[in-house]
Amino acid sequence: MFKLLNPNKIFQVTSKAPKYILFLFVVVLSVGLTEALILSPEDYKQSDAVRIMYVHVPAAWISLGIFSSITFLSISGFIFKNKNFFLIAKSLAPSGFVFNIIALVTGAIWGKPTWGTWWAWDARITSMLILALFYAMYLISWRIYESEEKVFKITTFITILGIVNVPIIKYSVDWWNTLHQPASINILSKSSIHISMLFPLLIMTAAFALFSLLIFLMKYNTELIKIKNKGLDRL
Amino acid sequence: MYGRKVKLRFLFVVLILITLILTVFLVLKSLEENVVYFQSPSEIKALSELDKKKIRVGGMVKKDSILVKASELKFVITDFKNEINVSYTGAIPNLFEEGKGVVAEGFLKDRNFFSATKILAKHDENYMPPEVKQALGEK
Repeated sequence: MFKLLNPNKIFQVTSKAPKYILFLFVVVLSVGLTEALILSPEDYKQSDAVRIMYVHVPAAWISLGIFSSITFLSISGFIFKNKNFFLIAKSLAPSGFVFNIIALVTGAIWGKPTWGTWWAWDARITSMLILALFYAMYLISWRIYESEEKVFKITTFITILGIVNVPIIKYSVDWWNTLHQPASINILSKSSIHISMLFPLLIMTAAFALFSLLIFLMKYNTELIKIKNKGLDRL
Repeated sequence: MYGRKVKLRFLFVVLILITLILTVFLVLKSLEENVVYFQSPSEIKALSELDKKKIRVGGMVKKDSILVKASELKFVITDFKNEINVSYTGAIPNLFEEGKGVVAEGFLKDRNFFSATKILAKHDENYMPPEVKQALGEK
């Protein structure tokens, strides 16, 4: 199946798609920001501070999603000895890291007026910081190790270590007493967020996902150019 | 369909994951006391001996329990089973309110009395516009 993915065909897509994705991203982001900052109502308790949530929550979701994806890709690449999987994972990681930092920073900005503190060493916040550290280790190891053999193994190992933390992040608010509130959106039961606030949240999530896709395509395109320059016709 | 090496590598990854998950689970289980951010009034009541260390107590601010006398603030934290009296001097966060979540950091005087050095408001998971809240309240 993997042999069907002809690098030249992929390259045609990755070199042309970004401009369309960029356009789509700008449109969705404008709609999302208008909804989140102007049209959506203020919260009964936090008033306008609730608007931070429209950046905070999507950023946290995307960073968790990307870490899970790079883990899956790295493990698959390791098992099937497929270089392409590693390159996709490598190209995904930077935007996941950036969104992780955004989630931490916006959380601190929200925490100060609502909780009364920038930072609390509670389970949710600490585990999110640990995820950022794993992202940092992952990205740094791509720069440290020259040999492909080594970097593939080490990044796979880092993602395996880090993925154990992902369910801890998700369930930390249910397992332990935390300062961070539990999830407002439940797939199986009724959500405790009003529909007028859920809607901008979902649009902002779509905008951030498009941004990640855009950065991914640009990064992946660079990886493909590197391969082309080496004169190899296969991945 | 897949070679022996592929199967072995798969098994290798699965074993690492199982080992890691078990290790992390056991570590967190044994550290539970330190992972929780605060204790509830019921947990304080059940303490066998009082700690001199700084601890955090969390729960709801009991309705009609807030008393402001000079610069001192007094209120009651409840988990609807047990209660604890808190006294505090200092700045309070905006969201500190009767009937809402709170986390107080400080020292236990005894099982019923807590002297706080810091107050944090705990926000709940409900997000809604003021009109909706009002409509809910009228029901």
